[in-house]
Amino acid sequence: MAVCPVCDAEVELGVDAEQGELIECPECGTELEVTGVDPFELSEAPQEEEDWGE
Amino acid sequence: MSDKRITASIVGGAGFAGGELLRLLLFHPNVEIKQATSERLAGKFVHKTHPNLRGWTKLKFSSRSELEPCDVLFLCLPHGESSKDVDFFMEKAERIVDLSADFRLNDADEYARHYGAPHPRPELLERFVYGVPELHRDETREAKLVSSAGCNATATILGLYPLFREGLIETDRTVAEAKVGSSEGGATPNDHSHHPIRSGSVRSYAPAGHRHVAEMRQELGGKNFALHFSATSLDMIRGALVTAHAFLKEPLEEKDVWKLYRNYYGDEPFVRIVKERDGAYRLPEPKLLAGTNFCDVGFQRAPDSNRLVVVSAIDNLMKGAAGQAVQAFNLMHGLPETSGLEFPGLHPV
Repeated sequence: MAVCPVCDAEVELGVDAEQGELIECPECGTELEVTGVDPFELSEAPQEEEDWGE
Repeated sequence: MSDKRITASIVGGAGFAGGELLRLLLFHPNVEIKQATSERLAGKFVHKTHPNLRGWTKLKFSSRSELEPCDVLFLCLPHGESSKDVDFFMEKAERIVDLSADFRLNDADEYARHYGAPHPRPELLERFVYGVPELHRDETREAKLVSSAGCNATATILGLYPLFREGLIETDRTVAEAKVGSSEGGATPNDHSHHPIRSGSVRSYAPAGHRHVAEMRQELGGKNFALHFSATSLDMIRGALVTAHAFLKEPLEEKDVWKLYRNYYGDEPFVRIVKERDGAYRLPEPKLLAGTNFCDVGFQRAPDSNRLVVVSAIDNLMKGAAGQAVQAFNLMHGLPETSGLEFPGLHPV
């Protein structure tokens, strides 16, 4: 179990989760990168921004 | 609860909210619809007016004068009619869910100020529970009389409630703008609803002075704060989207706001937090809620100020009218809150 750095939701990780793996937060949908496995740590992966009205 | 079905009648069954109530109650596992009234259409099949119900019921509209005793009455009447005939309705049913604005305000003076006339039955105001079950669940369970909330009010209140309740935002400059579909205007046509006039329009129908601000203020914080509200009708049939601009007293991060909303709504069956980083539906979108009883709530913190934008969406005929009324009905009768309201919506739509 780890905590989403964006929305603070608990994110379940498989026992075989690996460093560098990309997962999605089930609550806020943010793409997250596993940056540590012992203990599990998550960071926000780069996101594409949407820009209308140019 | 025994297997005996609860008998329900709908007064004013020919309008849009009445039609939605018929649709919901026909499929409700604990309800038998006894009557639906319409003075204009008495004697006519209800499916002539609500053609989606064709094949599901042979019910015909009755006149209000033919109303028989039942367990619960749903009142879907124009402004002022519920309160005018409330004694008659209370004789017919032990429990009443009124979808009009007649009994929503606790304070008769506020009613007079916003509706332009004294309340005809002020002594009854305190007996009606305001019908947003998320705010008044325990009272609703005990209630005999519920005054179901307005559609714009429901979306606005549920969007802002955690912030006001926790005293996290400035109390004098919250601004909410509702974008609404044409069904909010009801089933009776008028000059503004004629197709060449209505189609394609973006009409600021209440930039200020919307009457339902009174119930928003009542539920959010009372007389001592200001809520500035505007409403614009768009070229859609169902749905209301409220965009509220609130100003935080403290520099909360988005993660803190997530925690706040999760704390209030995490266990709510009909309020969902919708805030995603990517995809087509990152924030609440009323289109996805058509026919459902959900209120979706999302937010975004402005990066350069203390402004927090809260976005909330509903189907105005469901969570803003018939669905919310059935939700209250379920609570009043000790039934699962979601009975008859499980439809998840359509996609694409």
